Amino acid sequence: MFDAKMTRRTFATTMGVGALAALAGCGGGASEDAGNDTVKVEMVTDVGGVNDQSFNQLAWAGMQQLADDNGWDVSYIESKQNSDYATNLDKAVDDGSDLVWGVGFMMGEAVNNAADQNPDVRFAIIDSTNDTGAENLTGVLFNAQEPSFVVGYIAGRMSESGKVGFIGGEPSETIQQFEFGYYGGIEYANKEQGKSVAYQGQYAESFTDAAKGKSIAQKMIKDGCDVLFHAAGGSGVGMLEACNEAGVWSIGVDSDQAALFPDYTTIISSALKKVDEAVVNVSNGIIDGSIAGGENIVLGAAEDAVGIAPTHDKLPDDIYEAALEIFEKIKSGEIVVPDTKETLDEFVASL
Amino acid sequence: MFENLILLIGITLMYSTPLVFGGLAGVISERSGVTNIGIEGMMVIGAVAGASASYFSGNPWIGFLAAGACGALIALLHAVASVSFAADQTISGVAINMLAPGLALFACRRFFDGAAMSPIAPKLPKILGEKGLAGTAYSSLNVNVTTVLALLFTVAMWFVLYKTKWGLRVRAVGEHPAAADTLGIDVYKVRYVCVLLSGMFAGFGGASMTIAIISQFTQTAISGHGFIAMAAVIFGKWTPFGAYGACLLFGFTQALVVMLGGGDFVIPSQILSMLPYAMTIIVLILFVGRSVAPKADGVPYVKGSR
Repeated sequence: MFDAKMTRRTFATTMGVGALAALAGCGGGASEDAGNDTVKVEMVTDVGGVNDQSFNQLAWAGMQQLADDNGWDVSYIESKQNSDYATNLDKAVDDGSDLVWGVGFMMGEAVNNAADQNPDVRFAIIDSTNDTGAENLTGVLFNAQEPSFVVGYIAGRMSESGKVGFIGGEPSETIQQFEFGYYGGIEYANKEQGKSVAYQGQYAESFTDAAKGKSIAQKMIKDGCDVLFHAAGGSGVGMLEACNEAGVWSIGVDSDQAALFPDYTTIISSALKKVDEAVVNVSNGIIDGSIAGGENIVLGAAEDAVGIAPTHDKLPDDIYEAALEIFEKIKSGEIVVPDTKETLDEFVASL
Repeated sequence: MFENLILLIGITLMYSTPLVFGGLAGVISERSGVTNIGIEGMMVIGAVAGASASYFSGNPWIGFLAAGACGALIALLHAVASVSFAADQTISGVAINMLAPGLALFACRRFFDGAAMSPIAPKLPKILGEKGLAGTAYSSLNVNVTTVLALLFTVAMWFVLYKTKWGLRVRAVGEHPAAADTLGIDVYKVRYVCVLLSGMFAGFGGASMTIAIISQFTQTAISGHGFIAMAAVIFGKWTPFGAYGACLLFGFTQALVVMLGGGDFVIPSQILSMLPYAMTIIVLILFVGRSVAPKADGVPYVKGSR
């Protein structure tokens, strides 16, 4: 009886202390904000890590620009495996961040969960969506079809054999944006130049199989393709290799791959997603309140969030200039780029 | 049609080469009675060592040898754990698979200013030179030199295992280590050598991806090759030629997928990508028959135990 009473009292005390601690925690947080109004932004990378020479690295470059321009406190946490995402997001929240970025579609679910569990912290995610409608989460997507259209136009202009190819990773809506945008660009060049360059596309069913990417590229080259474009991650590395071996033009993706791999002499351009600029603009918007959250933002040519690679030393000047003009037309809305099979068919019919 | 056939052969050979090295790694280790689940990890180490050594030395052959040496070095962990300490071989293999990708990435970042992939490294030559047969229908038959090496190593391993005294000892140790010990064979020494050789072959396999098929280390360069190689060992009944054939079959089905995908035939690529696995199972059921592991495979040998 005595024991039970003690237990009950101990329990009550514990509860009380716990509640006080929780209150103190809130108060502490508030006063800290008031005393130190430096904005803290933290990003969590996917398994690629912060130096992946792709979107994680670009996101970090954007974060560093925020630190330089706004004097914000920025930092990153690298994920070593997929199971780290939730833990690392929690850690970023515990660090007292005002805004937490998740980078890459692989983190989509983890960021949605974290936003749900931490309603006081704002979240944003690159290349994935806000699936729950949570008010504190912003999804950032890119119109990948727009730069793909421009490189498709370049491919159409550059092809002498009359055949160009595309290698995708695993088919998904995102990767098909690249495919159909590219296809549309080829058709646009055909119409403008009176050519009839044919398109050939194939999926590697993998983002990691370099040997398969190389095999598909070799097959396309045998079939007579003389410009190849990929949206296939690690499988695309094999494509770049095959093109370099055979002396066939290739087009990179996401980052400026010609600058990244100077030893590959056949990369004529790359379709860019400017993740760095997206991180800067969206972070500013979220912190100053002009982006409310709870939505998905789609960034494209109009926002200058996509584009083609600045490295263009292998491209004839007139084609590069023409490609930039096409980009301006997309920006102004004069060209509406297709991103699905249906819109592509409509687009081709309208030419 | 003829051109397609040539390309089919070329892709088959290219695709199967890293797998063949992985398969040889499995055969030599398991023949001596040590299960090697860690081939994948050892290949990853070989992949990063090969590309890095080739880049810094400017000589891809040094890269290739470094890949073999580093593969053997990581295999030493497996040998110490599973031969000297009689630890569970599956667990030490799994540990290597978990350790290796992290170690490879760490090394890559140390070497290349924090980058997660290496710069483009000098590649091993092709058998007819870089531009051999270029522009002809036969260009895909100008295979990487690693493809030829893989075949030579397969023949050599067959010869050693079946035609030499040492090979007989290896097989004896894999079947009945206690009996071999009674006859004066140093079981530990044989197993150590075999596990180190296994690491060396796996390392070569990694390098045959990163300085032959492509010319840089990426995190995804080796993704599952070691596990397919393990399956090939079982498929090939623990013999060098059997494993070679199994890897070739797998490479062939992948080549078939590439040739059938896109172009004139319209078969959904998801269906096609099942082909290598489906075909492997079918061949396994119909033609291979009973596949029996070496009797002492996976059992640590403790002197004096019965």
